Amino acid sequence: MPLIHSPAGLEEFRKGILSKRDPKKPCITLCCGSACHASGSGEVAVAIEEEIKKQGLTGTVDVRKTGCHGFCERGPIIINHPDEISYFQITPDDVPEIISKSIKEKKVIDRLVYTDPGTKEAIIHESEIPFYKNQERLVFGSNGSIDPKSIDDYLAIGGYSALAKSLAGMTPEQVLEEVKKSKLRGRGGGGFPAGKKWEGSRNAPGEIKYVIVNADEGDPGAYMDRALLEGNPHSVLEGLAIGAYAIGAHEGYIYVRQEYPMAVENVTLAIRQAEEYGLLGKNILGTGFDFFVKVHQGAGAFVCGESSALMTALEGRVGEPRPKYIRSNIKGLWDRPSVLNNVETWSNVPLIINRGAEWFAGIGTEGSKGTKIFSLVGKITNTGLVEVPMGMTLRDIIFKIGGGIPGGKKFKAVQTGGPSGGCIPEDQLDLEVGFDELTKAGSMMGSGGMIVMDEDTCMVDVARYFLDFLTDESCGKCVPCREGIRQMLKILTNITNGKGKEGDIVLLEQLSETACDASLCALGRTAPNPFLSTLKYFRNEYEAHIKEKRCPALTCKELIAYYIDPEKCSACTLCFKQCPSNAIDGGKNRIHTVIQENCTKCGTCFEVCPARFGAVKKLSGEPVPAPLPEEKRTITRKSKEK
Amino acid sequence: MENDRIDQIIDKHHGEASSLIQVLLEIQSEYHWLPKEALKRVSEKLKVPETRIQHIATFYKAFSLVPKGRHEIHICMGTACHVRGASRVLDTVQDLTGIKPGETDLELKFSLETVNCLGCCALGPVMEIDGKTHGKMAPAKTADVLKNYE
Repeated sequence: MPLIHSPAGLEEFRKGILSKRDPKKPCITLCCGSACHASGSGEVAVAIEEEIKKQGLTGTVDVRKTGCHGFCERGPIIINHPDEISYFQITPDDVPEIISKSIKEKKVIDRLVYTDPGTKEAIIHESEIPFYKNQERLVFGSNGSIDPKSIDDYLAIGGYSALAKSLAGMTPEQVLEEVKKSKLRGRGGGGFPAGKKWEGSRNAPGEIKYVIVNADEGDPGAYMDRALLEGNPHSVLEGLAIGAYAIGAHEGYIYVRQEYPMAVENVTLAIRQAEEYGLLGKNILGTGFDFFVKVHQGAGAFVCGESSALMTALEGRVGEPRPKYIRSNIKGLWDRPSVLNNVETWSNVPLIINRGAEWFAGIGTEGSKGTKIFSLVGKITNTGLVEVPMGMTLRDIIFKIGGGIPGGKKFKAVQTGGPSGGCIPEDQLDLEVGFDELTKAGSMMGSGGMIVMDEDTCMVDVARYFLDFLTDESCGKCVPCREGIRQMLKILTNITNGKGKEGDIVLLEQLSETACDASLCALGRTAPNPFLSTLKYFRNEYEAHIKEKRCPALTCKELIAYYIDPEKCSACTLCFKQCPSNAIDGGKNRIHTVIQENCTKCGTCFEVCPARFGAVKKLSGEPVPAPLPEEKRTITRKSKEK
Repeated sequence: MENDRIDQIIDKHHGEASSLIQVLLEIQSEYHWLPKEALKRVSEKLKVPETRIQHIATFYKAFSLVPKGRHEIHICMGTACHVRGASRVLDTVQDLTGIKPGETDLELKFSLETVNCLGCCALGPVMEIDGKTHGKMAPAKTADVLKNYE
């Protein structure tokens, strides 16, 4: 028997949970998202449990292991409630002090709080840190305060109230109307209006219909959906159930990549908990609405993020797309009407139902409503997940929230939209982010990857990188994509290897046109975008590679040489010792030189050469100066002369 | 290869042909590859032609038709890692292990794979060995990490 039988029962139950919780009781929340986990939050968690026992605080302090907070750069993260004191880059060694000083004595540990790199000011509260302060975390905000493995935590913050409201107080048509009015657009890449998609399915003939969560987030450098599904799986389930009610579906699927084991685990558990509570399954909340959800793991194929390919994969076959004369919301999974939206889109639905379409439509720009989560990565000071209202400028996201480019380097471009997107250069930084705005600039919103590139990034190499990715991921069903992308990759590889020819750019443009026009699915149709956008904004780099055999960013291996400036080399022997391929000729008091024939261009010498010397240089498009004659290579040290 | 174990996995998914991929994933995670006898058994039990199983096993990245080494190295080639120099890390690992992505060495010590984003972009470039993440990799650091694995 389920625990909760009616919408009123849900509110009773919620009150019960809240009455047992003391908001003043100290609670340590520890980020256990994937990135923090990789930087050691598992060990920190063990240390916290042990230390609480050791210091005799068992029962007086709550510990909550939450999903991703977003500020991955500074993980693992601890926030102490109720005072919201935040500590960053915690190691197990810091834990005893956190318990004894911060929890017991209520003192702030200065060395662990955030220090603004610019103003050097210490910031104690999470919400005052510039990274968080400039965000609007509607969808993602709860991640930091709930344990994804606890349905009670989700109920405590008002969870499933939107589902109860829909089932008890609204007709399916009213729910659909609300979502339509909110102008919510799909967050997975295409930006198709969710309400319109739902309506198509609702009106399509057939008794059996499906709702599906696309959690096959494949864009390299993007992990928003992962963080949501891992950190707040119930919000996705709630949205999905509301969608099912609106279109009249009783079965739902979550298609999640097997590369996301924690997401699979958390969402599977969440489904079980929701069923036990009567929030999923038969006769939900006693309203007579049945809805069952199954988890299906993807086996690793980027193309399965495409709707028709995903549905064939769900049927247990090879995930290849099909021509979409009839859209999948009319004829999808097993030829039945199927609504597919991604994780973030579904998570927006409970908010829209609870707070109303007007409120939602009041956020964002004309064409793009609400907020969007971006994964801000690459050459950026504050790597992490950020949620901002649509319409914020790229400059604000990258510099105000992201903290700019590290190491005093210069911003060059930002790549959005994953392999189907493009690169946006510096002079367009004031572009407001939105579906239509980004497409106009030659890129796209995609699922929200935002990869920042600095002056050391070669744009031709970036294009080659994405084409390489897509060649690998093309399913091979249609020729323009399978063969076209492969040929484009070949030409781009030649260019980055210094074998580019006159006419290559024109040839690439022709291939792009064919792939755009004739490919079966969006993977092929958008595959040339990384090339086209880099060509549009960085044509000079292509020309330098082809005509001068020079890589202006000093990245392309075949076009650069490492060289040690004899004026600056102090014969410290660091590079001499660390070179993995014996390509440095040097020794004590002998100015080092690179033996070009042996050099594999791994860059180790460049990395290990101390900044105060800066003797190792990269050269491109110019001959490497001849090494000093042997007799001039000896260094006589002043200190030894005395 | 015990047929009993394979049967258990198949039965867990109610023997439905549509759960073929889920069954194969489970076999893969248990044995670290898809042995031929296992695929034969799956074909018989689920009544799916072996050719279709072969099609699926070669299409999806998660499956391997050859045994894997004791340690699986995953080098992240996601965009964030790429712009931070992942390809130089990959080159060095290839030099050190003597294998290319998709290969396993003769002693079955290492298998090398590239992956597209592990979702730890803050730590890039990232190398993952047997599920343990090694962040902020540089070519010079790879040898030190690899020598911990026997």
